[in-house]
Amino acid sequence: MSSAAYTRTTAEPEWVLPSRGRVGMFSLIGAESAVFTIFVVAYIFYIGKSVAGPTPADVLELPILSTICLLSSSLTIHLAVRALHQAKVGAFGLWWFVTMALGTIFLVSTGREWHHLIYDKGLTVSTNLFGTTYYSLVGLHAFHVTVGLLIIALAMVFTLFRKVKPEHGERAEVFSLYWHFVDVVWVIVFTVVYIIGR
Amino acid sequence: MSSESIALGTVIESARPIGERLHDWVVTVDHKKLGILYILYALFFLVVAGIEAIIMRIQLIVPHNHFVSPQTFNRMMTMHGTTMIFFMVMPILFGFGTYLIPLMIGARDMAFPRLNAFSFWMTAFGGLLLYFSFIGGNGLYGAGTAPDVGWWAYAPLTSRAFSVGHSTDFWTLALLVSGIGSIGAGVNFIATILCMRCPGMTLGKMPLLAWLNLVVGGMVIFCISPLTAAQIMLCIDRYLGGHFFDTQAGGSAVLWMHFFWIFGHPEVYILVVPAFAFVSEIVPVFSRKPIFGYPIMVAATIAIGFISFSVWAHHMFTVGMSAYGNSFFVFTTVAIAVPTGIKIFNWLGTMWGGKILLRVPMLFCIGFLFQFLIAGLTGIMLGTAPFNWQLSGSYFVVAHFHYVIVGGIVFALFGAFYYWYPKMSGRMCNETLGKWHFWLFLIGFHLTFDFMHIPGILGMPRRIYTYEPGRGWELWNLIVTIGAFFQAAAILVFVVNLLWSLRKGEPAGNDPWDAWTLEWSTSSPPPDYDFATTPVVRSRRPLWDLKHPEDPDWKYE
Repeated sequence: MSSAAYTRTTAEPEWVLPSRGRVGMFSLIGAESAVFTIFVVAYIFYIGKSVAGPTPADVLELPILSTICLLSSSLTIHLAVRALHQAKVGAFGLWWFVTMALGTIFLVSTGREWHHLIYDKGLTVSTNLFGTTYYSLVGLHAFHVTVGLLIIALAMVFTLFRKVKPEHGERAEVFSLYWHFVDVVWVIVFTVVYIIGR
Repeated sequence: MSSESIALGTVIESARPIGERLHDWVVTVDHKKLGILYILYALFFLVVAGIEAIIMRIQLIVPHNHFVSPQTFNRMMTMHGTTMIFFMVMPILFGFGTYLIPLMIGARDMAFPRLNAFSFWMTAFGGLLLYFSFIGGNGLYGAGTAPDVGWWAYAPLTSRAFSVGHSTDFWTLALLVSGIGSIGAGVNFIATILCMRCPGMTLGKMPLLAWLNLVVGGMVIFCISPLTAAQIMLCIDRYLGGHFFDTQAGGSAVLWMHFFWIFGHPEVYILVVPAFAFVSEIVPVFSRKPIFGYPIMVAATIAIGFISFSVWAHHMFTVGMSAYGNSFFVFTTVAIAVPTGIKIFNWLGTMWGGKILLRVPMLFCIGFLFQFLIAGLTGIMLGTAPFNWQLSGSYFVVAHFHYVIVGGIVFALFGAFYYWYPKMSGRMCNETLGKWHFWLFLIGFHLTFDFMHIPGILGMPRRIYTYEPGRGWELWNLIVTIGAFFQAAAILVFVVNLLWSLRKGEPAGNDPWDAWTLEWSTSSPPPDYDFATTPVVRSRRPLWDLKHPEDPDWKYE
């Protein structure tokens, strides 16, 4: 028996399917959203339930600068992807580097904030419920930023060795979906931890 | 593909050294090999967890038995549940999905073949980690080896104070690792089904198995992730001294229950929807009719997928929620019976007036239909809060969910084995041994799980390692244990059949069942590339169109 149930005829319209990269990334983002939802629910559920100090109002300060850096990196990665789609590899490299720098600033300031909380304020994971939920939620997000930065750095190395070509535009775009997702999560984490929870 | 080239392929295959062929299986990214790896891995754990069940049943055969210690009984109970859910049923369903989906949608592989391999090996590693606890779990002298906290591991039993040693760590890490594998499989299912269909196969023309696995993929990514999150929290509690589930520091044990069952109930549907998929493929072929009510079947499945995320707290009626909470979860639990009932009627409608062939796959599917119906009815009983308050935590619950998982899912799985075994191996399963398997398993199943309801109603709690004589439980426990041995004998016949048929079974040919979906258009077993030329389809039954050019389906769809 022939393995084709029908032979293709030229009269039929072109067969177009969604990009598997985009569908795969959106599915992964769905799964990640569920993970973050559980952590956010736990954070909100435990607001004000710590039996000992310090409380969020005592120790947390608004991380304005790092928030601005992370959110604007969404714009720069978008510009990078657009440049690659337009075959401007130089401009891609520039915007990609700026994205990496902004993400690194965010991560470094999170590290400084944690250092301050641990050494100056004595807040650790085991201090109280606030410490447990705060480090878990912010840490989970910082972990995602770190993973994103590693991938960005890898692509940056490829760019420096002139291995990135315009045909990689879709891959860069699929990755940028992840980066945008990490930014959106930060908006939620910022709102929950630094505004509602404080 | 012609038969000579297949024969040639087998000769070349068997001429290669065994080490090289095994190496192929380890490094493979081929969906057919990974599917078979998933299935073999799961069959191994079916036997292991079955032995654990038999150990429990021997312990409970008479009152005051001393076959195993209470500690061992707790370990067997935890390992049996955890293994059967996470390392038997889930991998076996992923295995069938991985094997069949690309073949049924006319693709050459999954969307992400390497992710597919990654998912399998993560699952495999998770199972190894769980069972390594028997050797490595003894972190503290006398602290015990394998996990013994039950398969839902309620807090605060899992805290450092009550679970000393490493046994619970092995449990949580095993589920964390295999959960990541499952999420990868879910992502891959969705991307494959949406992006790899052959020309002409619109969503409305996909085989139901592909549709149902698309829903499963969606449920996996949204329901396994909460479990993964909860396991991360448990790790933080156990390793870093966190307080998520530590009631001494203001944490909540009930929060763990919610997180666990937000995973736990959709999980039931992740397990049962692929079983629905098998039945939806097998029943039409052996009734010689197209499936009745295709669009309604799809709609009902999607409805089940959505509603299943809003029923979780019916596992928690006895925790003491508000009346509004109870009412909401009673309502959703009863509501989910509606789309499920629609599916049962559609399968019956497919059989109605059909020319029914009682071959082994069909026998298992008919068993599935009746048993799943009864399982659904006891589900509605337990989903009603006042009734639940009486019977929660009793053997009635154990009987109910085994009716779903064994009477429903495992029966459909065996049907799938007999149906697709010729495609996977190139040889038919032995029909006589198959019928022995069916009848032994049917008798064993009903002896065990019909009679298990009764001690539950009489008040026998689940998870006890022994009981007092004179409570009216003795006869029922004796019958239940006898049934377990019938089931074990049936599994033995099944394994013998699989091995025997691999060498001695009749050659199957491409299409032994005169079926209608694309996997039967290629050789058995399919070549590495699945299809020599990409198929093009015009209806839901492309092979019917090919066999009956005078009366093709696409004229009517």
